[in-house]
Amino acid sequence: MKVEATIGKNMQPLLRVENLVKRYAKRSLAGTPEEFLALDGVCLTVFPGTTLAVVGESGSGKSTLAACLACLESPTAGSIWFEGREIAKLEERASRQIRPQIQVIFQDPASSLNPRWRVMEVLAEPLILQRKFTREEIDRRISSLLERVGLSPDIVERSPTELSGGQRQRLAIARALALEPKLLILDEALSALDCSVQAQIANLLVELQGSLGMTYLFITHDLAMAAQLADEIAVMDRGRIVEQGRAQKILKQPEQETTRQLLAAVPRLTLAPPLLEQ
Amino acid sequence: MKAILEIQDLHVSYRSSGSGLCPALTGVSFGLMPGEIMGVLGESGSGKSTLAGSLVRLLPANARITRGAVQFEGTDLLRANADELRQIRSRRISLIFQEPSLALHPTMRVGEQVRQVLAAHDSLGKSALNEQTRQVFDQVFPEEADRISHSYPHQLSGGQRQRVLIAQAIACGPSVVIADEPTASLDPTTQMEILGVFRNLREKLGLAMIFITHNPALLCGFADRVLVLYAGKVAECGPAETVLASPRHPYTKALFHSIPTVFDRPENTRKTKLPAILGDSARSLPIRGCPFEPRCAGKMDICKEREPAAVNLSASHTVSCFKYES
Repeated sequence: MKVEATIGKNMQPLLRVENLVKRYAKRSLAGTPEEFLALDGVCLTVFPGTTLAVVGESGSGKSTLAACLACLESPTAGSIWFEGREIAKLEERASRQIRPQIQVIFQDPASSLNPRWRVMEVLAEPLILQRKFTREEIDRRISSLLERVGLSPDIVERSPTELSGGQRQRLAIARALALEPKLLILDEALSALDCSVQAQIANLLVELQGSLGMTYLFITHDLAMAAQLADEIAVMDRGRIVEQGRAQKILKQPEQETTRQLLAAVPRLTLAPPLLEQ
Repeated sequence: MKAILEIQDLHVSYRSSGSGLCPALTGVSFGLMPGEIMGVLGESGSGKSTLAGSLVRLLPANARITRGAVQFEGTDLLRANADELRQIRSRRISLIFQEPSLALHPTMRVGEQVRQVLAAHDSLGKSALNEQTRQVFDQVFPEEADRISHSYPHQLSGGQRQRVLIAQAIACGPSVVIADEPTASLDPTTQMEILGVFRNLREKLGLAMIFITHNPALLCGFADRVLVLYAGKVAECGPAETVLASPRHPYTKALFHSIPTVFDRPENTRKTKLPAILGDSARSLPIRGCPFEPRCAGKMDICKEREPAAVNLSASHTVSCFKYES
């Protein structure tokens, strides 16, 4: 594996992952316990204000990686460093301060938003849980969040089910931004959307990165979108990162077979039949 | 050559609780040739799933087909009774849905699930039934057909499950398959594999297909013709090479431009934005005039006044836009 950290060589990384391993217990058909290695020694570094795209086929371990980074799963071995501090070793109090700074946006906004809540409640919850804000402060923040993601303020009384797919994903982004995180983990956040809506949300992400200096970990199987949004691309295969480097370099001179296969499978508009020949 | 499936002026509406009838398809017409793959392109809310459902009359209870005809082998499917429909569904026209994990029974071996489709439609003896099931599996799983037919859905990958659905769809030897976003939940490598399976079947069995998707790139080198739906109307329809390489309708053009491309980007242009189509189709439908007018970059005065009719650019390529009216 070759890691090229071209961006901000002198900067401290926002996120550093070392030798992350995640094993799941499973049972074979015969009923004997077996182990499944979802992450097999993943190492990566993300610098502030940049986007790292993690690409790979289904089952390569991308989403497990996201879950570990968001503290939704605990890794079997290895360490995750956020702003120079190791997350797993933090005291409860310190960990409560760090965790809001890492937010996740999931693939399907229809199932990651409570359908019985109004938009206002969806956005207020993270703020209320922090117990730092007054009612007026919360209202003010909600309206600025909505404006930031391009939603009209008069939707606060609606339920997420009344919104379109694109509006829902904007709402999920607004909720993730509520606590002013430094790192956004986007786990296939565009994949469930229509092409035209994908472009709108991708633009919103670029905009937010410009205005807020956000750092993204963009997990996707869509290499074209990764190329659009990422500074660096890491290619995953069977729980390992097989190649990581500048986006353009990975796309133009891929060194690994996995990367070449992923590139060959990208459906392209201008090209003709040979792509489909098996 | 005569069309195998002919859709004429199809109108479908949904009855909603408050606001009366809500139109989903308004005046869709096209013909599907034998052995042809017709790609239907549209975003959510454009009516593409309603189109799939109305062709075999599998629509939600609040849907009403208000006008039109669907001619298939001498029958108008919209006027066929339940018995006639049972003869046609699966046996002559079958449907493949998007989410293979929802469409399969979780605690039944997939071989049995395909066998039941056959058993429901053909009266075969037990050994003939098993033989037929095996043959169908061989078609979609050139290797490992046996192992897979004895598996449960949760033991299979997304791509394999989708192949099982394809096996169910082709089990009774239909001449038309309607696939509604069959690859949407799969990763690109598996998507390509599944498209390969479809192409194979078309060649071997002469299947005609209606392939519904929101991703135009998938249709490249796969579909023979492309029909672009926008807000329940046909925006553009023509040969795939023409439409995909040089789209004419402003919506099709804008849609293609909003898709990122992997290679043709110069170095360090990352923070550039994609030329996205602004707005939202469902929420910006004008009361009259062209449905795309509110989002169209090249709109004219006339677009607000009435709807454009379909203009023939060539014998096979039509576009509904005033720009091309002479």
